[in-house]
Amino acid sequence: MAARGCGGVWRWARQRGAGWPGSGPGPSPRGQRAVACNARGGAVPAGKSGLAPWIPVVGLEIHAQISSNSKLFSGSQVQFAAPPNSLVSFFDASLPGTLPVLNRRCVEAAVMTGLALNCSINKKSLFDRKHYFYADLPAGYQITQQRVPIAVNGSLSYSLCIDNKMSQMVTKTVRIKQIQLEQDSGKSLHDDTRSQTLVDLNRAGVGLMEVVMEPDMCCGEEAAAAVRELQLILQTLGSSQAVMAEGQLRVDANVSVHHPGEPYGVRTEVKNINSMRFLAKAVDYEIQRQIEELENGGTILNETRAFDSKLGCTVPMRDKEGKQDYRFMPEPNLPPLILYDTKSLPDNMNHQQVINIDWIHERLPDLPSVKREKLVEQYGILPEHSFTLLNEDGLAEFFETVVKQTQMKPKKVIGWILNDLFSYLKKHSLTVKESPVSSFLLADLLNLLEKKEISSTAAKRVLAELWKGEGKTPLEIVKEQKLELLQDQKELEQICQAVIDGQENE
Amino acid sequence: AALKGGLRSQVSAALKEGRVTPTELCQRCLALIKSTKFLNAYITVAEETALKQAKESEERYKRGQPLGILDGIPVAVKDNFNTAGIETTCASNMLKGYISPYNATVVQKLLDQGAVLLGKTNLDEFAMGSGSTDGVFGPVRNPWSYSKQYKEKSVPKSHSEDEESDWVITGGSSGGSAAAVSSFTCFAALGSDTGGSTRNPAAHCGVVGLKPTYGLISRHGLIPLVNSMDVPGILTRCVDDAAVLLGSLAGHDPKDSTTIQDDFRPFELPDLPDVSKLSIGIPKEYHAPGLSSEILALWSKAADLFKNAGAKVVEVSLPHTRYSIVCYHVLCTAEVASNMARFDGLEYGHRSDKKESTESMYAATRREGFNDVVRGRILSGNYFLLKQNSEKYFVKALKVRRLIANDFVKVFRSGVDILLTPTTLSDAAPYMEFIQEDNRTRSAQDDILTQAANMAGLPAINVPTALSERGLPVGLQFIGRSFQEKQLLTVAKWFEKQVQFPMIQLEEVKRHDSSVFQHQKSASFS
Repeated sequence: MAARGCGGVWRWARQRGAGWPGSGPGPSPRGQRAVACNARGGAVPAGKSGLAPWIPVVGLEIHAQISSNSKLFSGSQVQFAAPPNSLVSFFDASLPGTLPVLNRRCVEAAVMTGLALNCSINKKSLFDRKHYFYADLPAGYQITQQRVPIAVNGSLSYSLCIDNKMSQMVTKTVRIKQIQLEQDSGKSLHDDTRSQTLVDLNRAGVGLMEVVMEPDMCCGEEAAAAVRELQLILQTLGSSQAVMAEGQLRVDANVSVHHPGEPYGVRTEVKNINSMRFLAKAVDYEIQRQIEELENGGTILNETRAFDSKLGCTVPMRDKEGKQDYRFMPEPNLPPLILYDTKSLPDNMNHQQVINIDWIHERLPDLPSVKREKLVEQYGILPEHSFTLLNEDGLAEFFETVVKQTQMKPKKVIGWILNDLFSYLKKHSLTVKESPVSSFLLADLLNLLEKKEISSTAAKRVLAELWKGEGKTPLEIVKEQKLELLQDQKELEQICQAVIDGQENE
Repeated sequence: AALKGGLRSQVSAALKEGRVTPTELCQRCLALIKSTKFLNAYITVAEETALKQAKESEERYKRGQPLGILDGIPVAVKDNFNTAGIETTCASNMLKGYISPYNATVVQKLLDQGAVLLGKTNLDEFAMGSGSTDGVFGPVRNPWSYSKQYKEKSVPKSHSEDEESDWVITGGSSGGSAAAVSSFTCFAALGSDTGGSTRNPAAHCGVVGLKPTYGLISRHGLIPLVNSMDVPGILTRCVDDAAVLLGSLAGHDPKDSTTIQDDFRPFELPDLPDVSKLSIGIPKEYHAPGLSSEILALWSKAADLFKNAGAKVVEVSLPHTRYSIVCYHVLCTAEVASNMARFDGLEYGHRSDKKESTESMYAATRREGFNDVVRGRILSGNYFLLKQNSEKYFVKALKVRRLIANDFVKVFRSGVDILLTPTTLSDAAPYMEFIQEDNRTRSAQDDILTQAANMAGLPAINVPTALSERGLPVGLQFIGRSFQEKQLLTVAKWFEKQVQFPMIQLEEVKRHDSSVFQHQKSASFS
């Protein structure tokens, strides 16, 4: 049976109008509503109020910007925050007569990602044009893969903890419908006072992987956990830097609710989600909004809504043109994208010209799940600790370096890493790389502790001194502050005697 | 009479031997462009850069290091190919004044081989048309309208109106390029061919018009009409010259992913081509309604020529040909709707003053920038691509296209080497008559014999064959197997030798030193 997230049941229910912006006025006549999770295979608990519970359904569309030197179909550089319109080729600006030339690196990144997400890779995929007029879409169409995408039918396993307890982790799986290659758009800046729109085409044509996750999730926390796992995978592969704040990972959530045994409800698409925290918030807000709307006899419109992070709610997006007909058409300037495996690779092919799926498969790095298993196995740490180690960029490496340089047991080292180092970093909003205490210094300190040269209380004092980053070694600090543990029996006796003598003299 | 004959055998030799210099050639062409200005063949004449290029070529000849046969040869390019520093307009208000920052690959190749670029030739707006009458710079006039041959045969209605009302169209959409080659203002010209746009005007203007196999020549820098059918076309005075141009332009281009990867080896055509071992197919469906009896007679005469030379001549069937035009109409307009989406007034080209909103600016820009023909095709193309219509029209048309292409595959597989067909239904129509019909009707009629080759991506060539009763050129078309240009051109050359198409007799040309421009005199074929 599949484990249920969100504490097993969507017991998350609340009094209406209690601090939820956007919700209707006045208290609910029916009070609390039970919400059931749609965990596949799991039983759906009945609502507390006796009424049929709601099953929320969440699917995700994730756009990951491919980490590559140049754009998907042109030679322009890819770089975040470059001066406006400084990275624009003739093709990116859609000058008449220019043609797309597919970037090999982008294809490899998509294949890697597809393999890491257990997809089957299509040996033949196609490119299509998706038409709409927008100022930051110079050609009037986006080249995407509507008919046959590069990868299909995958899955992603992710874990989340129940009731916020690290010790109660469950693993869930979301199906990956497909991964398609497509172009990013430029950026429009609207200057309402001067009624101008400024267009920056630096991003226009950058390669994207659109990862479509099936509606297998049922709450914001699950959605956030799935996206976090995807982010780690992308970063491990190097196929995307996947930094949400820089727009390299953009998430749209499709949300609907329905009663058990009934077909899926009308769904809304929530956009403008730019952090993992907001993702969970936006999804949960939207689920609750829909439930309330329906319980009040309203209907859900199939619409696009934006998450307003300041108000913490979703609002309908102004869509002047109404429903778009994208008028899809095959991209005539790109032949089908053909990939090979070792079996199908023709002998006479120039290896620079072809992409061998097997070759890429063999060279995939350890994925986060494997890395976690290895950490647990090799160092005997708890599974939840392995999650924390991997979730923070560079923390696992830090841990391993410290372990290598100390005699202390890894099980003990992990405590220092997570309770002392990591909480300090979090408190000061520092990354592992920015830590004033290097792995070597921490290892030195832990060695002093392990050799019983200092007490653990003293070690904490040394660590506090080390945070100042004054370039002193732990040993220097110990000597300066005279924190050594005394192990010489005679010396100890002398000190004790001196204390006693002092007492007597008084 | 030093420079009659082809580029390879005559002009290049004269340049090498110093009998004529590139600058002289260029100047004579420029002078002739001026004296034939009334033809409206050129939109832009790049006099200054042309003379500069000629001078550089001259230096190379002086050093004894010419770049090849094309070094110093004056050429013209249809105004839908990008040329760095020279306006590229597509004969549209949308691109009036647009100067591209880059050269189309074919233009760059010509320049790299020393050719002298005289200017940009007239066309139908965005190459949408079959008359070269629907451009913003006005219609192109067929040089043959002013030839001795035509004047002698046509009966003037009233003396004063004679020249003004009797002139005939060039065909299109590469009418400017065809007229430029036909009136000797250049030695070769680039056209584009999507449904017959190179072969049709070549037939009406009495020049050779080659549409190579799709994927053999780069389209990078050619402003597209229908990406999946467009090919750069070659217009020359004789088949040998077409082979020279093809050799200089063909081959893989990393900037165009639809060009073939295989190496292309330029070839020379045999001096005494042999057709006795060939099988020539006569597709019965090309006996189309509206085919003039004159052309029908020429067609069967041509077949007899091959028969008499020992070739096998067989009737073949391409059963789906009759669906070709309607199928083409759907595919063409769909791609046009898509390709034209980029012209929104933001990055380049015309921008309307309307500023109420981005959408109103788009709408006004496109209304002001495109003519009725372009707007009409955008409208129907978008209709065919709508979600509710796509399967019914667009996808179906793609399937029919496959059937049409398969017809050719079957015929060639049956052992036929080359197909022989007429290029046009009749000789060129007088302008006043031509504009009675709307562009769509005309295109549907005029592309009927040429357009299937684009559907199938096959190489095809128009060879000027004879003069009609009205004293106007008539051509026949050969369609070959994919990438079998050598065989196609060999047959075309043999045919060209047999028919001895007469040279145009133009006052304007005579006034200049005609020795540079003359072809061999010959008896007419009919």
